[in-house]
Amino acid sequence: MSAEVGGGEKRGKKGKKRTKKMNPRIDMTPMVDLGFLLLTFFVLTTTLATPTAMPIIIPAKVDNNDPPPDKIASSKVITLLVGEKDRIYWYQGTENPEMQLNDFTNIRHTIFEKRKICEQKFPNQKDPFIVIIKITDKANYKNVVDILDEMTITSQKKYALVEPTAVEIEMLEKYRVAAGLSL
Amino acid sequence: MPKAKIHRKSTSIDMTPMVDLAFLLITFFMLTIKFRPPENVKVITPSSVAEVKIPNENILIITFDTTGRVFLSIDKKPAKIQLLKDIGQKYDLAFDEKEMKEFGMLADIGVPIRNLKQWLSLSVEDRKKNCPGIPCDSTDNQLAELLTMARKASIAATGADLRIAVKGDRKASAPTFKKVIATLQSKKINKFNLITEGEAKPQSLK
Repeated sequence: MSAEVGGGEKRGKKGKKRTKKMNPRIDMTPMVDLGFLLLTFFVLTTTLATPTAMPIIIPAKVDNNDPPPDKIASSKVITLLVGEKDRIYWYQGTENPEMQLNDFTNIRHTIFEKRKICEQKFPNQKDPFIVIIKITDKANYKNVVDILDEMTITSQKKYALVEPTAVEIEMLEKYRVAAGLSL
Repeated sequence: MPKAKIHRKSTSIDMTPMVDLAFLLITFFMLTIKFRPPENVKVITPSSVAEVKIPNENILIITFDTTGRVFLSIDKKPAKIQLLKDIGQKYDLAFDEKEMKEFGMLADIGVPIRNLKQWLSLSVEDRKKNCPGIPCDSTDNQLAELLTMARKASIAATGADLRIAVKGDRKASAPTFKKVIATLQSKKINKFNLITEGEAKPQSLK
């Protein structure tokens, strides 16, 4: 027998070539391992929840040359003062207003209730009810977003973000102390 | 009598469908992933019922955190480089090629304009540690300054104006928010977006 060339081609009976059959299966374990490693990486690094945008319109800066704003009936207006510890102090009207306390879970009902009364009082006007939101310095940013969100939820069309006055802060403090609420 | 043959079952299972699925998922995640440079400030945004998705192009984000620091970020790289050039011109600071490149990769700016050059020379980790925020008090409102310059730079570099969005931490104080709002108001930007997390709208409404 001569030296074998090409690995076992010329073996056995003469004339008949027996090709060595390759195993058609490849070991895919390393590839699959790597695949899962990548999968884990991508699963852990992606953030699927894309943030949402909440539109907000703030009043333009008041110019001294601008004409004074129109007067509105105080019975149409409700003022919400967002205070400390998720408290909302609110009052209606301007003549000796009575301060009341509420929170973020119940303010919705107050708005609905007062709006209904107002709409019955002024049946000929479109959206007569106005909400004025005043954020005190003790509130946090979550409160700001939450109260603006309430406007969307209650589909309140007319509302404004206004800076609280010194008188209102004083009123709020007086109410807070009288009610025995801690800061 | 012939011996009873015990039929041996193969121990290997066909894993082909599982592997197929795994690769499908890889492809999906690879295509959806978006790499962002590391942010210098991390905030947890409050949630709202707003359903509009935030636009992901040509957006200027003002971020403020619990400690009252204010950051500014724009997304397009050419706009950022143009902004740095403008800053250099206006404040007589010379920025070299390397600094321009670094600035282009930056996720957000969190230092007063004067400290920008020194801040850029720091490593990524040190930059994060040395962020006093952009001053935006009424006496020294550099945020307003940067706002105007960024919008101009964006128009010059990409031809598109920037949309303004405000992103705050849910525990951030109201005065910080008011400060940012007052700055926007002073620049006559009265319409903008607050970046929030999605939340389901309550169903039981009267």
